Amino acid sequence: MTDLPQSPPKTSRWKTFLRSDIVWSYRRSPVTVVASIVAFLLIFMAVFAPLLAPYNPFNPATLNLMDGFTPPNSSSMGGRYFTLGTDSQGRDVLSTIMYGSRVSLFVGAMATLFAMVMGVGLGLVAGYVGGLWDAVIMRVADVQLSFPAILIALLIFGVARGIIPPNQQEGAAIWVLIIAIGLANWAQFARTVRGATMVERQKDYVAAARILGVNPFIILLRHVLPNVVGPVLVIGTIGLALAIIEEATLSYLGVGVPPTQPSLGTLIRIGQQFLFSGEWWILLFPAITLVLLALSVNLLGDWLRDALNPKLR
Amino acid sequence: MLAFIARRLMQSVIVMLVVAFIAFLVFRYVGDPLANLLSQDATMADYEEARERLGLNQPFYVQFYHFVVNALQGQFGVSYRLQQPVSQLILERLPATIELAVASSIIALVFGVFLGVYTALKQRAFSTGVIMTLSLIGVSLPTFLIGIGLIYVFAVELKWLPSFGRGEVIQIGWWRTGLLTQSGLRSLILPAITLSLFQLTLIMRLVRAEMMEVLRTDYIRFARARGLSSRAINFGHALKNTMVPVITITGLQLGSVIAFAIITETVFQWPGVGSLFVNSVAAVDVPVMAAYLVFVALVFVIINLIVDILYFIVDPRLRDGAKSGR
Amino acid sequence: MTTPVLSIRDLVVDFPFHDEVFRAVNGVSFDIMPGEVVGVVGESGAGKSMTGSAVIGLIERPGRISSGEIRLKGERIDNLSEPEKAKLRGKRIGMVFQDPLTSLNPLYTVGRQLVETIRAHLPLNEAEARQKAIDLLTEAGIPKAAERIDSYPHQFSGGMRQRVVIALAIAAEPELIIADEPTSALDVSVQAQIIKVLKKLCTNHGAAVMLITHDMGVIAQTADRLVVMHHGKVVETGTVGDIIRRPREPYTVKLIDSIPTIERKEGQIAAATPANDDSAYVQVKNLVRDFELGRGSFTKLIPGKVEMFRAVSDVSFSIPKGQTFGLVGESGSGKSTCAKMIVGLVRPSSGHITVDGHDIWAGGAGHKERRKRVQMIFQDPYASLNPRWRVKDIIAEPMRTLGLARNKTEVEHRVAELLNKVRLDPSVMRKFPHEFSGGQRQRIAIARALSSQPEFIVCDEPTSALDVSVQAQVLDLMSELQSEFGLTYLLISHNLAVVRQMSTSVGVLHNGVLVERGPTDAIFDSPQADYTRMLLDAVPDISKVA
Repeated sequence: MTDLPQSPPKTSRWKTFLRSDIVWSYRRSPVTVVASIVAFLLIFMAVFAPLLAPYNPFNPATLNLMDGFTPPNSSSMGGRYFTLGTDSQGRDVLSTIMYGSRVSLFVGAMATLFAMVMGVGLGLVAGYVGGLWDAVIMRVADVQLSFPAILIALLIFGVARGIIPPNQQEGAAIWVLIIAIGLANWAQFARTVRGATMVERQKDYVAAARILGVNPFIILLRHVLPNVVGPVLVIGTIGLALAIIEEATLSYLGVGVPPTQPSLGTLIRIGQQFLFSGEWWILLFPAITLVLLALSVNLLGDWLRDALNPKLR
Repeated sequence: MLAFIARRLMQSVIVMLVVAFIAFLVFRYVGDPLANLLSQDATMADYEEARERLGLNQPFYVQFYHFVVNALQGQFGVSYRLQQPVSQLILERLPATIELAVASSIIALVFGVFLGVYTALKQRAFSTGVIMTLSLIGVSLPTFLIGIGLIYVFAVELKWLPSFGRGEVIQIGWWRTGLLTQSGLRSLILPAITLSLFQLTLIMRLVRAEMMEVLRTDYIRFARARGLSSRAINFGHALKNTMVPVITITGLQLGSVIAFAIITETVFQWPGVGSLFVNSVAAVDVPVMAAYLVFVALVFVIINLIVDILYFIVDPRLRDGAKSGR
Repeated sequence: MTTPVLSIRDLVVDFPFHDEVFRAVNGVSFDIMPGEVVGVVGESGAGKSMTGSAVIGLIERPGRISSGEIRLKGERIDNLSEPEKAKLRGKRIGMVFQDPLTSLNPLYTVGRQLVETIRAHLPLNEAEARQKAIDLLTEAGIPKAAERIDSYPHQFSGGMRQRVVIALAIAAEPELIIADEPTSALDVSVQAQIIKVLKKLCTNHGAAVMLITHDMGVIAQTADRLVVMHHGKVVETGTVGDIIRRPREPYTVKLIDSIPTIERKEGQIAAATPANDDSAYVQVKNLVRDFELGRGSFTKLIPGKVEMFRAVSDVSFSIPKGQTFGLVGESGSGKSTCAKMIVGLVRPSSGHITVDGHDIWAGGAGHKERRKRVQMIFQDPYASLNPRWRVKDIIAEPMRTLGLARNKTEVEHRVAELLNKVRLDPSVMRKFPHEFSGGQRQRIAIARALSSQPEFIVCDEPTSALDVSVQAQVLDLMSELQSEFGLTYLLISHNLAVVRQMSTSVGVLHNGVLVERGPTDAIFDSPQADYTRMLLDAVPDISKVA
């Protein structure tokens, strides 16, 4: 009969992993493979910018106005070669992009992490405890979700500016930005985790633990949390792309990172000034980098959702 | 039905009060309201007098009460930056924003629903793959980049359409419209497309996902087993069921278009409420920020109410639930 | 010789999955004659539903018919184009699905769905179609059909909805009805009526029936002939009486043998020794549980009249040590709520539960005693094991939580011992639940329940998610463990046959009230309450084969 204990096929854990659905769908999707390579390269470039960048664009000593407005793939009047050209102050566009991606990624990742911790925590509580806690948390999340994240972030940013004394604003700007974007994005995590938690809470393995008298906190942490990780990963990935875009938008609007630490959004804002006068490269290369970054992360998120949710395929 | 709407109205009032409270906190405690009102060389006595006159010495709840009463009459004080009443500033710019938002909502809704249904029904078609890939690129493109790109192609290179502003406007009562002049309409095209693209992709993906979910249900299988035509199944049975969840999310998405216009208005220098808000945030112009928050919340609440009523009309199960007093 | 309505020859249905192909139906052949009711029976994964889907042309992608023939009244239909197949559906082949709650479109009235179907196939105008719809509903046993035709599906009960579904399937007078588990989602008492309606309508309209089910009892009462399927193949075909009384193939013999019956079998557990209620090991006294009816969390803050629903009303019984008490009831009878109160998941509104003299809801000591002595086995073995935990950790959780094992080696040793007890190889402890079949999972769940060394186990529908042959094995295992460890069981089930086999005494729960209780044989052989009699009459059982 089918029910007799079958001797397990002797395969290594690595082989089991390679045969799993996720790996299978990864190998079957060339787009995903390309996206993951692009994302990896961009992240690598950003993380190791200080080592990889040909110039340090923020060291005034090495800046030379003679290098200004050098077109891509040519040498400046100052005699130096720039792959992607220079901006009005003679900063190497390639290097500013590398440093800029670093800022964009840092803000995006930290904000997503912040949103994730807050959203997952509140979502678990709302879904597991239920009752009034659930009602309050989810009502707040609902109202907030109906406002675009960018508006929330702008508001928080404006409020923070009003509260923080002017002389500390520059140093705090990045953290304000991270908190603003994080606070704007937590609700998505909370809503998803709450839904998943309510499903898991009804399942009998949780009842089995409750019968034993396992502490509710331990049940949440050891039983429920591991089972809601899938959707959190998906939202986290898509949320990272979203946070990067939001940061770029805020910086583009001129309320984001300080000008001394330009992110991709700041670079685009600067570049736009020269679009009409023909220095297109100052705008185009940061813009391409931003889109590639957001698109590759989004593609990974999209694939992850399909891979973790085979019935949607 | 009436009881249902009354209940929703109650909830809306609560939401508005909460938002008003947040707006009040911002208004009252961010920055120093007096510093912006009085001149640099005002004396302590001037301060005291101003405090008394503005009611800043009164208890917290009295101040909040006054804030709500004033807000109900449309009074949000005077802008620090522009030295004009906030309500006047917003009203002046409102028509521009509403025209932009409505135009892009229509684009997003029509194309979003159509493409969503199309890609759900033709799941394996090549065109579906193309549309889905494009939509993912659409989600990954920041709105401001789309705007810049459109400006570059259609305004700078092709010189077909204007790159900024509203063009000629015509005054009808207090409403200043750009819809009645040729230059006004031409000016609307690029901003409306820019603003709609993001919503369009979202609506499309949502409709597609819901429709595919519905197509997998038992009652669709049963409808097939009864030999109904695929037309009747897809557009009679499946589409109507798809609409139930789609209405909510789409409604809220469209509500957010108003606030989403912030970016588009900045890129195209569109003289609307959004660009007013961005400039106010940069200048910490608190009364405008507070008023804008209340304004967006009002739009959200109204749309929410419309969505609830629509829901009620579409889904018979809700009608019964309401009858039994739930 | 008459041509069969349906003739299937060497049908093969394949499902490509990843890089492999799964063969769901593997060379199936059988015929259905006009007016005949043919039961297709088999356990899950036997390919019986897939055969039905193939006949009506609704195999879901990526599945496909790889070879073989399907003929309807002699015409080949498996190779028709999609539009031609669509024309057959409803018109010549009707279908009834398992779950009446999801088979109807919730947004349209029943009448609209009927009229739409009738007009798609028959040349009638709106008014004529509507009249026909009303006639069909009346025929299907829906009272006041003319009034109810404009109701929405959610305004009907499950049983009524299934009548509507049957009316829809027969609406265009098809020659063949495929009924895929038409009663499996329904309660026993409704089940019998629905089977009657299905049979009556098909006879009246001259349709042959292909009745797909896992429930041999349903087939025994309904079908003329039987097709037994296993692993995508036909194992045995014959008349129902022949197969049930004289099965030939080893698989069929085993299958028939593992089906429990409500008839008393030889060598069954002796009747309960009349125990003094006050000294019994488990005592449930005047148990009551009320639930508040639908109110939002915010509205709850506003005081006001609260509508209450009494799920369990004044239930009392006792179980002597080492015996099994069977609690029988249909869905909504309150039997699961009882179980939850007894294991400490739901607080009773009033009443007492004592286990070995400790009131388990008294807090403090009672709570501690409950954790030590009471365990539970759940219905769905897919939901009762945490999918992210290894078997070892699942089984070890109770002993770790209660501090029953001192160190890692001891835990591992005990887990291995428990796995042996439930007839699983100890080497499986490093695997995850998804690597096991349903029956194996239920064994793991039993091992977990035993891990805290309990004396009393509440079994909530322990086998109703399992195939019959697996069910027999799990029940056997439960009996063996009971005698080995002297366990006391509370067995909760809707399956009367299982309860008869396993219990020493029985209680019958109906709408939260315990209508009858007593020794098993007394209840089954001479039921006193009307409800019990009705249940026993309604239950489809293989002993009732015509």
